Amino acid sequence: MIRHLLSGADLDAATATLILDTAAEMATVAGREVKKLPALRGRTVVNLFYEDSTRTRISFEAAAKRLSADVINFSAKGSSVTKGESLKDTALTLQAMGADAVVVRHPASGAPHRLADWVDGSVVNAGDGTHEHPTQALLDAYTMRARLGRLAGLHVAVVGDVLHSRVARSNVLLLSTLGAKVTLVGPPTLIPVDIAQALAPGIDVSYDLDAVLPNVDVVMMLRVQRERMTDSYFPSAREYARRYGLDAPRMRRLPEHAIVMHPGPMNRGMEITPEVADSPRSTIVEQVANGVSVRMAVLYLLLGGNNL
Amino acid sequence: MAYPSAAHTSPPRQPSVKVILAAADVSRVVDRIAHQILEKTQGAADTVLLGIPTRGVPLARRLAARIGTFEDVAVPAGVLDITLYRDDLRRHATRAVGPTQLPAGGIDGKRVVLVDDVLFSGRTVRAALDALSDVGRPASVQLAVLVDRGHRQLPIRADYVGKNIPTALAENVKVTLAETDGADEVRLYGEATAA
Repeated sequence: MIRHLLSGADLDAATATLILDTAAEMATVAGREVKKLPALRGRTVVNLFYEDSTRTRISFEAAAKRLSADVINFSAKGSSVTKGESLKDTALTLQAMGADAVVVRHPASGAPHRLADWVDGSVVNAGDGTHEHPTQALLDAYTMRARLGRLAGLHVAVVGDVLHSRVARSNVLLLSTLGAKVTLVGPPTLIPVDIAQALAPGIDVSYDLDAVLPNVDVVMMLRVQRERMTDSYFPSAREYARRYGLDAPRMRRLPEHAIVMHPGPMNRGMEITPEVADSPRSTIVEQVANGVSVRMAVLYLLLGGNNL
Repeated sequence: MAYPSAAHTSPPRQPSVKVILAAADVSRVVDRIAHQILEKTQGAADTVLLGIPTRGVPLARRLAARIGTFEDVAVPAGVLDITLYRDDLRRHATRAVGPTQLPAGGIDGKRVVLVDDVLFSGRTVRAALDALSDVGRPASVQLAVLVDRGHRQLPIRADYVGKNIPTALAENVKVTLAETDGADEVRLYGEATAA
């Protein structure tokens, strides 16, 4: 087993499948009266969040607690970071407190990789800048496998703000490893074709959502990340919604079995209409539930044995 | 048996192998345990068999099937994975987690018979008891094992024992079953002494 989970590229097909299979067992705990396993008793997991997050932080916290680990939550707001403490000094503090794993979210791409050099414990990337978010990709893959029964051979359209999306990058890497075909769809300004080709050689790119929809098993809508946008990537929100938003008429173009995914948080009315988000094809709520199981599997596989 | 002196050098010896139970013996032993479960539980009503992976699982299924042929009572058999409850998780590389499959009626209020192939230190059974209390509240718990080889490290004993095999600590008992290994057999491996 690997020591850190920093990138979707850290996982080969066998390891990724082991995580998904383990997550399936972890999911059964959610249905029990005692939603707790003793596997990580006495281990400490630190959630180090330099960026706002609700679902990811809570998801990691729930996962660690269900495995009986002790959880320390650190958010940059209200910490010494506001006094100017560097990431390295914070890391050394955590190291001194005996953290067995550090779950880190940081606005700077690559911060978890640096952190992995400074601490002895395992580092789990919970989203770094516009770079990667591997546990999101794992929970997306888990959701697809649970709904559609397989991953190999699936055709997945990743739609929207690919440029700023760490979710898209990790998904492209992981889905390619697991044998699914990915097509990136969005306005040309938001699809970095050269980066996409570097991630997964031969990846398809389309600027026409309507043409892609009839041929896919999964359509994954990305959040338009206005907070990261420093330029005008499209003329107006309304134009974006008209060309790349998923509404009910567009959803009807999908094959009968196809599912609609969104990593959250959603801009309802922008990339997805409420009607679509709340439809039976939407897996958005399942994705959140599956996130806890997948993160339990990741924490168990990183910390459960003596692999440190 | 005296150990060879350290000064005396001889080629490394193969570990000695002794077949304790052959295939026919294994099925007779399973039949006897099935009868004992019926006797001790007065007909195996409200009884659930839970096999501990790997080889407890096919053993539990066989016992359920044999009980069914002897008395025409349907005893549900399930699987109890204990991986996450082991006390030695941190001493080994991460172990893969297997499925726990409880029978449809659950285990609350039932008499649960845990089934395993070899009873040794008792630590596996300790983990199984912990796992059991997290998935339900049985009325009582019993233990059935194909082989008891002694050397308990915890205050645990079996209710049904197929065969008691006195062993030395360095010896090894290996159970193979048709479902998992291709053939039924219980072997005792002696110490693999390299002189």
